[in-house]
Amino acid sequence: MLIKTIFSGFGGQGVLSTGQILAQAAMLQGRFVTYLPSYGAEVRGGTANCTVTISDEEIASPIASEPEFVVALNQPSFSRFQNLLHSGGFLLYNSSLVEPSFVRGDIETRGVPITELARQIGNVKVANMIMLGAFIAVSSLLSFDRMLKHLPDILGAGKAKLLKANQEAFERGYHFIEEHEHGD
Amino acid sequence: MNKKLMYGTHAIGEAAIQAGCTCYFGYPITPQNELPEYMSQRLAEVPGGVFIQAESELAAINMVLGASVAGARAMTSSSSPGISLKQEGISFLAGSELPAVIVNIMRGGPGLGNIAPAQSDYFQATRGGGHGDYRLVVFAPASVQEMADLTFHAFDVADEYRTPVMIMGDGMLGQMMEPVIIPKPRKGKKMPEKDYILTGARGRPARLVKSLILDTKDMEEHNWKLVRKFKRIEERETRWEGYMLDDADMVVIAYGTAARIAKGAINRLRREDANLRVGMIRPITVSPFPVKAIREAAQTIKDFFVFEMSTGQMVDDVRLALEGQGTIHFYGRPGGVVPSARELGRSIARRYYQAIRKRKQ
Amino acid sequence: MKKVYQRPRSLRDVPMHYCPGCGHSIIHRLIAELLDEMGLRESAICVPPAGCAVLAYYYLDIDMVEAPHGRATAVATGIKRVRPDNLVFSYQGDGDLAAIGTAEALHAANRGENITVIFVNNAVYGMTGGQMAPTTLSGMKTTTTPAGRNPRSEGPPIRVCELLQGLANTVYLERTAVNSPANVMKTKKAIKKAFGVQQKKAGFSLVEILSPCPTNWRMDAVASCTWIDEVMAREFPLGVIKEVPC
Ligand SMILES: Cc1ncc(C[n+]2csc(CCOP(=O)(O)OP(=O)(O)O)c2C)c(N)n1
Repeated sequence: MLIKTIFSGFGGQGVLSTGQILAQAAMLQGRFVTYLPSYGAEVRGGTANCTVTISDEEIASPIASEPEFVVALNQPSFSRFQNLLHSGGFLLYNSSLVEPSFVRGDIETRGVPITELARQIGNVKVANMIMLGAFIAVSSLLSFDRMLKHLPDILGAGKAKLLKANQEAFERGYHFIEEHEHGD
Repeated sequence: MNKKLMYGTHAIGEAAIQAGCTCYFGYPITPQNELPEYMSQRLAEVPGGVFIQAESELAAINMVLGASVAGARAMTSSSSPGISLKQEGISFLAGSELPAVIVNIMRGGPGLGNIAPAQSDYFQATRGGGHGDYRLVVFAPASVQEMADLTFHAFDVADEYRTPVMIMGDGMLGQMMEPVIIPKPRKGKKMPEKDYILTGARGRPARLVKSLILDTKDMEEHNWKLVRKFKRIEERETRWEGYMLDDADMVVIAYGTAARIAKGAINRLRREDANLRVGMIRPITVSPFPVKAIREAAQTIKDFFVFEMSTGQMVDDVRLALEGQGTIHFYGRPGGVVPSARELGRSIARRYYQAIRKRKQ
Repeated sequence: MKKVYQRPRSLRDVPMHYCPGCGHSIIHRLIAELLDEMGLRESAICVPPAGCAVLAYYYLDIDMVEAPHGRATAVATGIKRVRPDNLVFSYQGDGDLAAIGTAEALHAANRGENITVIFVNNAVYGMTGGQMAPTTLSGMKTTTTPAGRNPRSEGPPIRVCELLQGLANTVYLERTAVNSPANVMKTKKAIKKAFGVQQKKAGFSLVEILSPCPTNWRMDAVASCTWIDEVMAREFPLGVIKEVPC
């Protein structure tokens, strides 16, 4: 099994760190993994994206020409990256910012209002972790429990203060999908 | 040992530090900026560590020459346009027989080109690049782990043979993150004493390090000496990986990023079609080139599929290695394009069955 | 109705790639306006740099040739010697001109090449992601000076105008900024003067422009403009550094 996911959004939305956290979690769960960020002038233009590939065998290319999943945190990424999705692929988006118009018929979509949910927790900075929790729920790509357990290692000493908020956000996103089984 | 998720550029940097590299000189250029940035931080923590952002690549490579002749393990890195500027210095390092490690994170060219991953500097790296009759030792890693391992090893090779060594990666390998175990220094590894370095002529005759040899007979002998040295390197240091060669009747030859995509393509093809028996030879040193491995394969295998992210440069070395045996098929994606394993697989399968049909006719 | 404002003929009608708050777009516009006003659009030949302004050829609707990083003044020399009647100018960043291209710039100036250099000083390498530039201020943090630029080991910032001032064949050197409307107008005047010097075949002219880079300074656009006044202009004093009557 080889699954490619593109995380995309504005610079500053935590798109790259979200991808990195997923990649580290995959490594800690013993999977083959690659992480590839967009780089160069493209990044400074204001948008950012990265590709995380998780697999049970060696990974040939870290580039996703036809990803299985796209996680879009803003409108431009929603429009741009849904075109890349594999037919039958899944598009998870930030419904706080994205108006889901013009959606391809051959993909599944799911919105999560991460800004509102983050506000409920009381920290908008962890909105990306809500998305990551939701992503684990819709993809079952990694074990949620093990990932939760590994979060302190992944976030490291530097983020110890924010650990609780991040954990809470991660759980919130995961359970949001479970609670809203049939979409919004 | 602990696996860490690291960028290719950072893995090179950390492996260099672990190998005892104390001097780094460089100049910013995408897609390898994260390497000098990493070194600017790490070398500040290393006793005697020197980091200089030079005013140009020309300056950087000559700072490497200076640090090397002073006895330090020194490294520089750049990407294609900057590597062109380093050629003068690399030629001087080779001529003066000074160790150094040079990293090229290749991008699309010629000229300013672009910043996407490419393999267009193969000729430059393996054919000398700079002026004069010399050969560079060139390692071509295909993963972040290999970027670390080969960088670590490159410092030993450079010191052992007193030669500049290049690590040739590309933008994809430099920019991506993968789990990696950074090699640790082995205790008791014997390296030849550096009896040529400049320390001041206290209590010994003065030393001179140079490449100017006006006497033509001496210069000629110096050239042959470099050839003998490279022969020794060829015998002892040539590295390659064979993959699924046992039953293969076609071999893909690819290095670096191209090789990992080729491996993916081969796995895919073999899973989908049991009749399709394709293997791979992946040069890990592209200079010296694994000629023997290819010649040996040619005793039973007749079709060689060369894949490069260029218009075809290594394919010349394959042709030379085969000496007219077998058929060479070439697939190239220059300009910064990285094809998918699926795309490459289709091209391999088409030529594979074409070759079989031809044999039957 | 009378048109009071429009896109200059020398500027193409395309969106620019520059980050919000970047000074390059202002400087492009000033050059375009001047080329129109001075009737030089069809005479001008520009050598843009490797740097954030590498895509200037998509924005200025004039003849352009790309040069390798740092070599713009050498390329401009070649052009001007073949076409002495054309307006030849290079457009260079601080890394391009004062690090890798120092030798070319210094020697073009010393030969008194009759060219104009538009020198954009934003105190960092913008294009490659905010590394130290020769003009980075002492103590300033960049991605390759994580502890701040140390003038003892990295050298203090280089003042290019003052460096060139001592060369006999430099004719006009002025330092301006584009951080306020008044300074933008002064910059336009300075470039006009420099082009004028070249038209009179008087010799080498250079306008150094302090230009904000909010992205790599990690500031917002307004703070960047203030920072130029309060910090940068202290290290790099604005004004005419050298003017030989011609
Ligand atoms: C030989 C060579 N080395 C390095 C580079 C990478 N490079 C492109 S632009 C640049 C410097 C940009 O800084 P600056 O000149 O200050 O201009 P800015 O981008 O800030 O406008 C560098 C190092 C290159 N293109 N060629």
